[in-house]
Amino acid sequence: MGAYLVRRFGLMLLTLFGISVIIFTLLRIVPGNIVDILFDSAGMVDPAEKQRIARELGLDLSLPQQYVAWISGILRGDLGYSYVSEKPALEEIAPRIPITAKLAVLALVFSVLIGVPLGVISAVRQNTLTDYALRVLSLSGLSLPSFWLGLLVLMAFVSWFDTLPIYSDRITGFWAQLALFSVPAAAVGFRSSALVMRLTRSSMLEVLRQDYIRTARAKGATRQSVNYRHALRNALLPVVTVIGIEAAFLIGGLIVTETVFNIPGVARFLVEAIRARDYPIVQNLVMLIAVVVVVVNFVVDMLYAVLDPRIKYGG
Amino acid sequence: MLRRTAALFASAFALAGVLVGTAALAPAMAQEPKRGGILRMYQRDNPPSASIHEGATFSVNAPFMGLYNNLVMYDHSKELDSFDTIIPELATKWAWGDGGKSLTFTLQPGVKWHDGKPFTAADVKCTFDLVQGKKEDKLRTNPRRSLYDNVLDVVPNGDHEVTLKLGRPQPSLLNLLASGYTPMYPCHVNAAGMRTRPIGTGPFKLAEFKQNEMIRLTRNTEYWKPGRPYLDGVEMPIITNRSTAMLAFISGKLDLTFPTEVTQQVLRDLRTQAPKAVCHMGPVNVSTNLIVNRDKPPFDNADLRRAMALSLDRKAFNTIIAEGEASVGGTMLPQPQGVWGMPKEMLESIAGYGPDIAANRAEARKLMEKHGYGSGKRLAVKISTRNIAAYRDPAVILIDHLKEIYIDGELEIVETGVWFGKVARKDYAVGLNLTGNSVDDPDQSFFENYSCKSERNVTGYCNPELEKMFEAQSMETDLEKRKRMVWEIDRQLQEDVARPIILHNHSGTCWHPEVVGFRMANNASYNRYRFEDVWLNR
Repeated sequence: MGAYLVRRFGLMLLTLFGISVIIFTLLRIVPGNIVDILFDSAGMVDPAEKQRIARELGLDLSLPQQYVAWISGILRGDLGYSYVSEKPALEEIAPRIPITAKLAVLALVFSVLIGVPLGVISAVRQNTLTDYALRVLSLSGLSLPSFWLGLLVLMAFVSWFDTLPIYSDRITGFWAQLALFSVPAAAVGFRSSALVMRLTRSSMLEVLRQDYIRTARAKGATRQSVNYRHALRNALLPVVTVIGIEAAFLIGGLIVTETVFNIPGVARFLVEAIRARDYPIVQNLVMLIAVVVVVVNFVVDMLYAVLDPRIKYGG
Repeated sequence: MLRRTAALFASAFALAGVLVGTAALAPAMAQEPKRGGILRMYQRDNPPSASIHEGATFSVNAPFMGLYNNLVMYDHSKELDSFDTIIPELATKWAWGDGGKSLTFTLQPGVKWHDGKPFTAADVKCTFDLVQGKKEDKLRTNPRRSLYDNVLDVVPNGDHEVTLKLGRPQPSLLNLLASGYTPMYPCHVNAAGMRTRPIGTGPFKLAEFKQNEMIRLTRNTEYWKPGRPYLDGVEMPIITNRSTAMLAFISGKLDLTFPTEVTQQVLRDLRTQAPKAVCHMGPVNVSTNLIVNRDKPPFDNADLRRAMALSLDRKAFNTIIAEGEASVGGTMLPQPQGVWGMPKEMLESIAGYGPDIAANRAEARKLMEKHGYGSGKRLAVKISTRNIAAYRDPAVILIDHLKEIYIDGELEIVETGVWFGKVARKDYAVGLNLTGNSVDDPDQSFFENYSCKSERNVTGYCNPELEKMFEAQSMETDLEKRKRMVWEIDRQLQEDVARPIILHNHSGTCWHPEVVGFRMANNASYNRYRFEDVWLNR
């Protein structure tokens, strides 16, 4: 197990290194840089002025020099300065992480709490009216774009309650924050819950046809016990994989939700930073997301062993 | 029939709503202003910084103008921002001398910066030195440096008097100084500091500027104008999604929309969903125009450029894009809102502006045929434009119009980050562009957009003879005589196809009736955001 963990950790580092090179290169390939954009908004073309700003921002260095400066900065805990706000990148990124984390976790909880039970119900009541209704619901969840759903939810709130559930930094306290994040989390989690539900259903159907389920029924186990103790645990393995992927996907999927609900999280900030070619922010944020994805995948792998005793890591 | 009746009813209700809104406003205007409260206006995007001198969009003016004062300003209660509505601000009075080649301001005594240091004539000099690039400390971007080329020196006479020495008489200088783009900066804060921790003398101090999230201004309790501001502060959440922002306005979470963000279509929605809202819809002094690279064959040929100008059907642009509400004119904002716009009969005498589009296009086709083009030999060209709806939509219509004169346009969408650099490098043949003017004044428009050496002259049009006329009109003190000179210059610019103006755009701003004392100008959109006279009738 120990050797496996070391190997996995080494692979994680290698993956992150590859990602860092790709991010860095892609950002430089994209036409236009922060200096162009500054000059675009100001409508200026004086080449000497442009050169001065490029020098100020370190953009006159060669690409390898810029890369080494970035990576060595990360290792020292110095993420550089935002070109736009001229504040330390860490100072800009750090306050946004908890906002996105709360939204993502809540959306994930929503998708699991809704998706798994409904998936089980749909499977055990296969080909009934309930099953059909739940399948239609899950299909609509997968088909509705989250920005459209988000706008519909906002419009409904304005029409029915004369208010708008958008972010405000003045709302504090656990319950108030829970209420604040619930609506966007539900909007974004609806799609994930549909996916989880469909997967749980198909996985459950497969497991329910297994011999040991028939044996459990034959020995007189209750329906509840068969479905939840025997079948669900085994059916959850692929679901956990998907939940892991969804957790990573959510960070990207939140871009639209954060924009529609005006939540100042990491995802929206990333889009704004890309538009402004704010390299230090984009590079560090994408790295952060990469770290989250890699770590989540690692945790999912570990969870397999917990859920399925047959799986052993080692050797 | 039913739909038509419903539409009629909807229009009647909408009109009634606007009237009710206006009627509700009248008694409030007559009331004693109430103190306190936070004005909530959304900010449409993340401003690059808080330094107005580095900005070239009112995404910087609107949130931060309340931090500063100018030497002079436009009277915010008047309909137009013009020479006649300029009032004192940090300068209590001014006097022209030396045959119009010097302008002396007497400064308001007892004015303090937000950090408590006194405002003096030295700060005025520092501001001009910074904008003119004379200081060691440089602005990161300096879009309006060329506007002050005529200011040779700024001479403080003690702490409370300052003289601007000019190269030639320039009465319009006062207009430039009254613009929301010309705040006074302190000597003791550097350019970088003004971007992130700005210090002004204005009615509000910067309480918070969270990138992509929120801008908060708080009342300057030491403000030098007695009794102002009425508000305790201004709160501006940055909401980039316009649908969300409008819903927030409808739900009452916001008091004011971001200036000029309300289109005709959005206005229709607002009139039904927030019928009491007070809305101002009008010209914003931003034109949609055609840019042609005069150095790139075959467009180095004047006949082809002229043919393109003749192909334009401005009425079609207006109907499709602005539901007929935009204005047609030359470079200067058209009358009646614009002070300097050409008379209608003069405008219609210019090639391409006449009402007979078929005749214009027939003439255009002849010009094209003269150079060998025709239905058998069409000219293929890329029409470049910025990837923003306000640019893309008219570009598509332009392509349709050019088809009528044997030109097959292919739309080339360019990301914002690349657009200006591409245009500046003249890496385009034909483009569709938008140009904004901060004040309704010929000096700003002519020198900035058409002068041979201007950094913002993107087409490279250069006419030294006409440039002499720019200077002549600038020095003219007789308003009527100057207007005629301006019309002649504008006519010449259109005849030369310098940058054919397609439309002058109209857009709107809405606020709830509780907001009192806010008024948009009818001829500019950059100057009305001091918010010191605004109060909330709650």
